[in-house]
Amino acid sequence: MAILVVAEHDNTDLKDATHKTVTAAKQMGGDVDILVAGKNIKDVMAQAAKIDGVRHILGVDHDSLTRQLAEAMQAVIVPLMSEYDAVIAPDTTAHKNYMPRVAAKLDVMQISSITGVESADTFIRPIYAGNAMATVKSSDAKKVITVRTTAFDAAGEGGSADDKMLDAPAAPTTSQFVSEELTKSDRPELAAAKIVVSGGRGVGSAENFAIIESLADKLGAAVGASRAAVDAGYVPNDYQVGQTGKSVAPELYIAIGISGAIQHLAGMKDSKIIVAINKDEDAPIFQVADYGLVADLFKAVPELDAAL
Amino acid sequence: MKVLVPVKRVLDYNVKARVKADQSGVDLSNVKMSMNPFDEISVEEAVRMKEAGTATEAIVVSIGPAKAQETIRTALAIGMDRGIHVLTDEDLEPLAIAKILKAIVEAEDAQLVIAGKQAIDNDYGATGSMLAAMLDWPQGTFANTVETSGGSMTVKREVDGGLQTVKLTLPAVVTTDLRLNEPRYARLPDIMKAKKKTIDAKTPEDFGVDTTPRLKTVKVTEPAGRSAGVIVENVEELVASLKKEGVI
Ligand SMILES: Cc1cc2nc3c(=O)[nH]c(=O)nc-3n(C[C@H](O)[C@H](O)[C@H](O)COP(=O)(O)OP(=O)(O)OC[C@H]3O[C@@H](n4cnc5c(N)ncnc54)[C@H](O)[C@@H]3O)c2cc1C
Ligand SMILES: Cc1cc2nc3c(=O)[nH]c(=O)nc-3n(C[C@H](O)[C@H](O)[C@H](O)COP(=O)(O)OP(=O)(O)OC[C@H]3O[C@@H](n4cnc5c(N)ncnc54)[C@H](O)[C@@H]3O)c2cc1C
Repeated sequence: MAILVVAEHDNTDLKDATHKTVTAAKQMGGDVDILVAGKNIKDVMAQAAKIDGVRHILGVDHDSLTRQLAEAMQAVIVPLMSEYDAVIAPDTTAHKNYMPRVAAKLDVMQISSITGVESADTFIRPIYAGNAMATVKSSDAKKVITVRTTAFDAAGEGGSADDKMLDAPAAPTTSQFVSEELTKSDRPELAAAKIVVSGGRGVGSAENFAIIESLADKLGAAVGASRAAVDAGYVPNDYQVGQTGKSVAPELYIAIGISGAIQHLAGMKDSKIIVAINKDEDAPIFQVADYGLVADLFKAVPELDAAL
Repeated sequence: MKVLVPVKRVLDYNVKARVKADQSGVDLSNVKMSMNPFDEISVEEAVRMKEAGTATEAIVVSIGPAKAQETIRTALAIGMDRGIHVLTDEDLEPLAIAKILKAIVEAEDAQLVIAGKQAIDNDYGATGSMLAAMLDWPQGTFANTVETSGGSMTVKREVDGGLQTVKLTLPAVVTTDLRLNEPRYARLPDIMKAKKKTIDAKTPEDFGVDTTPRLKTVKVTEPAGRSAGVIVENVEELVASLKKEGVI
């Protein structure tokens, strides 16, 4: 069996999500290759070649792939699939965007956001905001899979895969990149951080979020948020943790002024230690927290910050 | 421009799903069902396009059991013009749903499809992009803002790093994210009026689509539980506990 892993990268750095996806691929068994599609990707390919247990690194370098738009990614991957039994990618927005297109073109049903590999054709995936775990067996000849990376350990380094460059297919013309507004931050990436400090509606305003950020910086943590905090404009959309935002599973998750709705819990309940700070002792977040502090956050958070 | 909005009837987002004792699935008997929240956002967007004059007709489609008609009526009450109900008691996979939608898009000659980015029950997040690929149309997924001008559409998308804007040549598929708009509530007179709007009754067979599932559900189980820990008295106790755990 041959499996194609699609790399998560920004044309400069290979992301850890790739290493985790490789682990899932290895659990399926067979040869694992990594596809790096982008622009000026030499460095990314070199980083990918170091991942342990990978056979080949395939590179496709073209202007049309700079932003990895869905239509262009589909055009690269679909023809490659004559050589592979499965294609597998992290379930980040970059890959969620084009993987269903690949599945549709191959006439197979995508298996989304798996958290476990039972065998080469049977996978575990959360449904209903993680309130149920479905084990599904695919009868399709080729598998198209996205991976909930928080559920897999990163593959190690020490490999020395060979690499080859492939020609880029004709660029699609119906979709064009216009611009992007990326959130700038020196903090660790939310999905990969060891500690996450999240704020909710209880924080009250964008200005007040400074106390959450200050605590995060003290801890070297990433900052997250509930949907309510994002909707209210306290923080940008990419901070949202939950069923319809990002999934995180850090060593320590601190939820501040967050009630603990099922949609929020879906994105953080696999964290190792959960701390909740909330003034309402009946808030559902306390039912999943290892350590709960019933307190006014405007008093407790600065105190915690000072105590560290 | 004709706009098509597919809507799904799902377990209400406020209800916690319960796994059946025989592990065959989630218990959906006697629980509140509602329109998938992302689909409410799609309906709102389509109705706004009609109000703005960019859409000439807005059609709502649901594929599901007889009760899916209620979901279609809700969309009609918000302002969609007419409905199409494809009756099936099976829980179809996004691949089959997308094939049926493709047939409807072609029959109706729709120029724009606005779907939800994911259904909150099965969370596949696949239907919209699958449909786009089947039609060879461009897509703007996770839409935060959309703007049509002439034959193209600009979509600002919610991505992991922030926001990305793409320009699509119509026809296209858009999938909605939470911040695209705030759906309105249907007013009573509109609910009454919606009762008179037409809903075409169809079946998957009408479209010649093979809906045989590709995934077999082996079992559905409860997730590993998490139990409540301790309530600490104050910040000092919290810091001491976290130090003991070795996480700070
Ligand atoms: C389709 C859909 C998808 C969704 N997806 C997500 C998702 O991905 N992620 C997500 O988070 N939500 C999601 N939600 C929203 C979710 O249902 C909740 O509405 C949301 O999580 C609530 O956010 P919150 O806890 O910040 O706000 P609230 O529920 O309003 O809670 C605020 C909390 O702050 C506490 N508080 C207030 N003031 C103070 C103070 N001074 N000191 C201490 N505590 C204080 C209150 O006691 C309260 O518990 C989704 C909803 C829908 C319908
Ligand atoms: C316990 C369980 C068991 C299952 N067993 C099976 C099985 O044995 N066989 C099988 O084939 N499938 C099975 N499924 C799969 C499931 O029914 C389908 O995957 C699901 O109906 C479509 O996936 P989704 O809603 O997550 O799609 P998404 O791709 O997340 O939906 C996105 C958007 O697509 C549109 N859309 C989706 N569905 C419809 C619809 N019905 N009508 C109109 N628009 C729609 C909406 O705009 C929606 O917002 C099972 C699911 C569960 C939870």
